[in-house]
Amino acid sequence: MRTFFIRRIFYSVITLVILATTIFGLVRLTGDPAYLLAPEGATEEELQSIREDIGTDKSLPLQFGTFITDLARGDFGTSFQNGQPVRDLYFDRLPNSLLLVAAALAFALVVGIPAGIISAVYNGRWMDTVSKVVALTGMAIPGFILAFAMMFVFAVQLQWLPVFGIGSWKNLVMPAIAVGWYFAASTLRLVRSSMLEILDADYVKLARLKGMTERKVVLKHAFKNALIPLITLTGVNFVVMINVATVIELVFTWPGLGSLLIEGIRGRDFPLVQGVTIMAGIMIVFANFTIDMIYAWVDPRIRLNR
Amino acid sequence: MTAVSPTDLPAVSTDTEPSALRRGLGVLGELPIGSTGILLGIVLMAIFAPWIAPHDPLSAVEGAQQFGPPVWGEGGSWDTPLGTDNLSRDVLSRTIYGARVSVIVGLTGTAIAGVIGMIMGVAAGYFGGWVDSVIMRVVDAWLALPTLVLAILMAAVLGPSMWNIVFILGVVYWTRYARILRSEVLSLRETEFVKLAQVAGASKFRIIVQHIVPNVLNTWLVLASLTVGVVIIAEASLSFLGVGVPAPTPAWGSMLTEGRSALITRRPHLIYGPALLIGLTVLATNLFGDWLRVKLDPRQRNL
Repeated sequence: MRTFFIRRIFYSVITLVILATTIFGLVRLTGDPAYLLAPEGATEEELQSIREDIGTDKSLPLQFGTFITDLARGDFGTSFQNGQPVRDLYFDRLPNSLLLVAAALAFALVVGIPAGIISAVYNGRWMDTVSKVVALTGMAIPGFILAFAMMFVFAVQLQWLPVFGIGSWKNLVMPAIAVGWYFAASTLRLVRSSMLEILDADYVKLARLKGMTERKVVLKHAFKNALIPLITLTGVNFVVMINVATVIELVFTWPGLGSLLIEGIRGRDFPLVQGVTIMAGIMIVFANFTIDMIYAWVDPRIRLNR
Repeated sequence: MTAVSPTDLPAVSTDTEPSALRRGLGVLGELPIGSTGILLGIVLMAIFAPWIAPHDPLSAVEGAQQFGPPVWGEGGSWDTPLGTDNLSRDVLSRTIYGARVSVIVGLTGTAIAGVIGMIMGVAAGYFGGWVDSVIMRVVDAWLALPTLVLAILMAAVLGPSMWNIVFILGVVYWTRYARILRSEVLSLRETEFVKLAQVAGASKFRIIVQHIVPNVLNTWLVLASLTVGVVIIAEASLSFLGVGVPAPTPAWGSMLTEGRSALITRRPHLIYGPALLIGLTVLATNLFGDWLRVKLDPRQRNL
């Protein structure tokens, strides 16, 4: 277990280094930020002084060295656009993203779990068919198309909900459903398939034979066991969602991390783009690492299997 | 042992195993009608766009107003059934032409990703060792980057053009193939027939081409069919964000951007066409991919 643990940590660090290097190179290829920061018609000297200010006049290896050493200390640098530390900008937006993701996750679970259970218990009946269709469309229809549809119906036509912005719970409803839509479908699928498997298991049959009510069998014996893969999926979803919410955030002008990142890319704000993507990378790598560890702990065969 | 003369064998085999042609026709008959029909329709629409579209997608319809209403709206006409956009262009014609971008990007993007993924996955699985380590670390790093972010950055580097988008999405989505194919190759490498081929002195290249690749082709095909929809959504998202296919080329994603501001001013007719067609296309490719998965892998039939 220990060598496995150490090797996994080593892998995670290498992954992050590759990621940081890729991002560092990629943002610098997008162009010279000085042109975007300078007033229109700026002279070459003015541009040069801006480059000196933000540090892009230095050689690439030197910039990379500063970037990596700062990163190791947890410093993401200062935004080119407004001179604030990237860390502050990031943590300013993080609560909004977390709020959106939490609401989306809640939506996914509230819809996905009951529908999955019903679908498994009434396997093959009309309710199952309905859930299957919902799951299928949920996986297929892109969230931002749904976002448009909802925006038109509920915000423009019925005027129940505000079109965009942030502030009250009403602003949260549509973005949360648009982000959570896909995950509701994947939760439904997972709950349905694991429930179907468990309802067929011997201990569930035994519980029935002992005269337990079907309701108790389903909720107490079967669902409890279906929870294990569900927890894993939800953990992964949580991390994935923070990152896929970008487009939905833009549709509803929700001020989360996704919109921060897009602002950074548009303004060639290198430290901002690097900071936000690396934070996302760290979260994903950490989530994968944790899942690997849990699996290795549960199933010793994985430890030996590289 | 029954004596069977060699001449009997072909007759027996044609009896139990239908000819390749008949098998092909049999599969055609089993194709899911709904999704195949939709996909075929969209591909035909893309190919024959100039003949189907009532107007030029790039220039204003003569005599039409800005944001002209659709045929069911007040003052709408059959000349422009889905209305006109901010530059008085026919929305229906633009939607029809938009299929071209989605079809081309969806298919070629998926193919590029598939070829890169096949090479990387097979190399990692078959050669193992440091080749495997290097490839898998890159895959991990790629997967740790939000795909859309990677695509947006690369689009900012390469500049907006449809072929750049194809290239970018190919480079972004290869990892899903590489991971799965690698694990298949890992177990294939241990099979008898590969071992025998090695003993018989077949070159590595020959083993890969003759024995490994044909055996992962089914999985590859299923992955590809399920990736097309993802790539189409990604292209639409990039165009929606303004870093995709540049104006004035009609693409469903950028039509949605134009439609978003009109939507708020209660002129939703700009988005009906593109939104409906993106949804239908992706739904159909997913249904088709699911069908193919079950068809090619009986173990998966439980869902």
